[in-house]
Amino acid sequence: MVRLDKINKYYRVGAHSLHVLRDVDLEIEPGEMVSIMGASGSGKSTLLNVLGILDGYERGEYWLDGTLMRDLNERKAAHYRNKFLGFVFQSFNLLPFKTAAENVALPLYYQKVPRRKRNRIAMQYLERVGLLDWAEHLPSEMSGGQKQRVAIARALIGKPRLILADEPTGALDSETSHQIMDLLTEIHQTGITMIVVTHEHDVAARTQRVIHLKDGRVEADP
Amino acid sequence: MVDLDRWLEIWSTLKANRLRTVLTALGVWWGIFMLVVMVAFGSSLRAGVSRNFAGLATNSVFVWGQRTSMPYGGLQPGRHVEYDTADIAALRRIEGIQYLAPRNQLGGFRGGFNVTYGTKTGNFGVMADYPEVQYVQTPLVLAGRFLDDGDLDERRKVAIIGKGVYEQLYAPGAEAIGTYIKISGVYFQVIGVTGSLRTGGEGDRDLNMITIPFTTFQQAFHAGDRVGWFAIVAKPEYGAAKIEAEVRRVLAERHKIAPDDDQAIGSFNAEKEFGKIQTVFWAIDIVLWIVGVMTLLAGMIGVSNIMLISVKERTKEIGLRKALGATPWSIVAMIVSETVALTTVAGYLGVVGGVAAVEGLGWLIAHMPDSPLGPPQIGLSTAWQATGLLVVAGLIAGLMPAAHAASIQPVEALRAE
Repeated sequence: MVRLDKINKYYRVGAHSLHVLRDVDLEIEPGEMVSIMGASGSGKSTLLNVLGILDGYERGEYWLDGTLMRDLNERKAAHYRNKFLGFVFQSFNLLPFKTAAENVALPLYYQKVPRRKRNRIAMQYLERVGLLDWAEHLPSEMSGGQKQRVAIARALIGKPRLILADEPTGALDSETSHQIMDLLTEIHQTGITMIVVTHEHDVAARTQRVIHLKDGRVEADP
Repeated sequence: MVDLDRWLEIWSTLKANRLRTVLTALGVWWGIFMLVVMVAFGSSLRAGVSRNFAGLATNSVFVWGQRTSMPYGGLQPGRHVEYDTADIAALRRIEGIQYLAPRNQLGGFRGGFNVTYGTKTGNFGVMADYPEVQYVQTPLVLAGRFLDDGDLDERRKVAIIGKGVYEQLYAPGAEAIGTYIKISGVYFQVIGVTGSLRTGGEGDRDLNMITIPFTTFQQAFHAGDRVGWFAIVAKPEYGAAKIEAEVRRVLAERHKIAPDDDQAIGSFNAEKEFGKIQTVFWAIDIVLWIVGVMTLLAGMIGVSNIMLISVKERTKEIGLRKALGATPWSIVAMIVSETVALTTVAGYLGVVGGVAAVEGLGWLIAHMPDSPLGPPQIGLSTAWQATGLLVVAGLIAGLMPAAHAASIQPVEALRAE
């Protein structure tokens, strides 16, 4: 599903160049659920951005589902993100002026799915995350756990091959975190590959494999 | 662009940012409102000034006699130049004259004369005319008829009186046609009552004027074959300026006036005057449009500015949309469409508001006695031009913010916590 081959990435900070990813090699099989752990500054967010085609890299190769993701123009990148990937963020990133259903349907808007159909599909996914009754509510009327469920429904609606979750429980209490991890595990069991970035050990413990990142290097990948 | 989905998307964003939407719209609204009101004001000014010339043929020429200023052919300077019926025959031979109306006025130019009807007396100007004069200055016949060739041929003692004359000599509502008035001791039968297309001083003069046949005048008032001045309408293909020069040349030759003695013959060429006024109107129109467009431009810059701020505010939203698969082009289209929608709707409301204001202004002007302004008008074409201008304005105003929005990187956007 994912293959990273000696990925190197630098950030320019003034005249200096910061080497954030150093020869990262990584292989993730289809259907795997993997967590990436590391201290802040270890490069785990950068790695997730590279995996999410939100950011480029200087050297190496990134193969996603057999396609080389390299030097993509913005249109291509948008296309691959829309087709292959689903994102779940720590701060949910729901549009505040849209209802839960509209937020869920948004990726389909960019796939040019007609409105009616889009909304119908959104309802199915809301049902799946147990929020059918909340379809017409605005994010501001929902709890953190509910918002994250909406975000997960939104990540799923495009039928992605890979879900990238960036600290999905970072803004939630432990009970809600638990429920969200249940949901993610359940989704993983339907066959979707999942990468979770986290610094919480109990979250990492629920994944099949933990990749530790330190100073831009993969430290332990048993 | 007719994608309903996209408009729903735009509507939801605009609705979500009400204050910003209203403030942005206000700038454009004001711009187009001012443009409409000013263009209408221009038309009002034009209508007002044109009214003073209403009914006057644009290619008309007036020629009268003055005094010679140069010796010529053994004659001393300072002679009065006076025309007679032989000049009429000479001028009729000029190719480019369409209508020739020799005129005389009893008591001289702007002079009055005593007129009596029954026990009432008034002092009015009396004009001796040919029927052709109606092609120079269109009379507004309120009752009866204007002069015809028969009146001239038979030297009928008939008169057409202005409305002011009627009001002064007749009881309100009394029938004037067929009655007899006494002009300087001679009885004339009233055959018509006229108003005036003109307003102001010129209009007043028309209303207090009595018109009688030229030939009758010569006989009844012992004017001999004297002609006061000529009113002429040039054939369209000749042009008034050419005819003016030709008439002056013929008359100068007949009256032994030095060819370069400009003082001896007085003349007025309406075409030239119209041209001057037209130029002034042109200039006014251009100034009004420039000011209007500038106001609109200020509104546009406002829109652009606010959209730019809005794009900054929505960095996160735009970044997220990109992460969910929005292409740069779809972001550009979104921002530009929002701007165009906003400017067009606001502008349309501005047109509506402007037209309402113009109607109100028109009502005020209509109820103002002796207003120097005419009824203001805003044409459909102006409305269309303004609408086109708005769409283009919206496009241009949206471009910079849109380009900025498209350049937002999803990483940066999502990082901003």
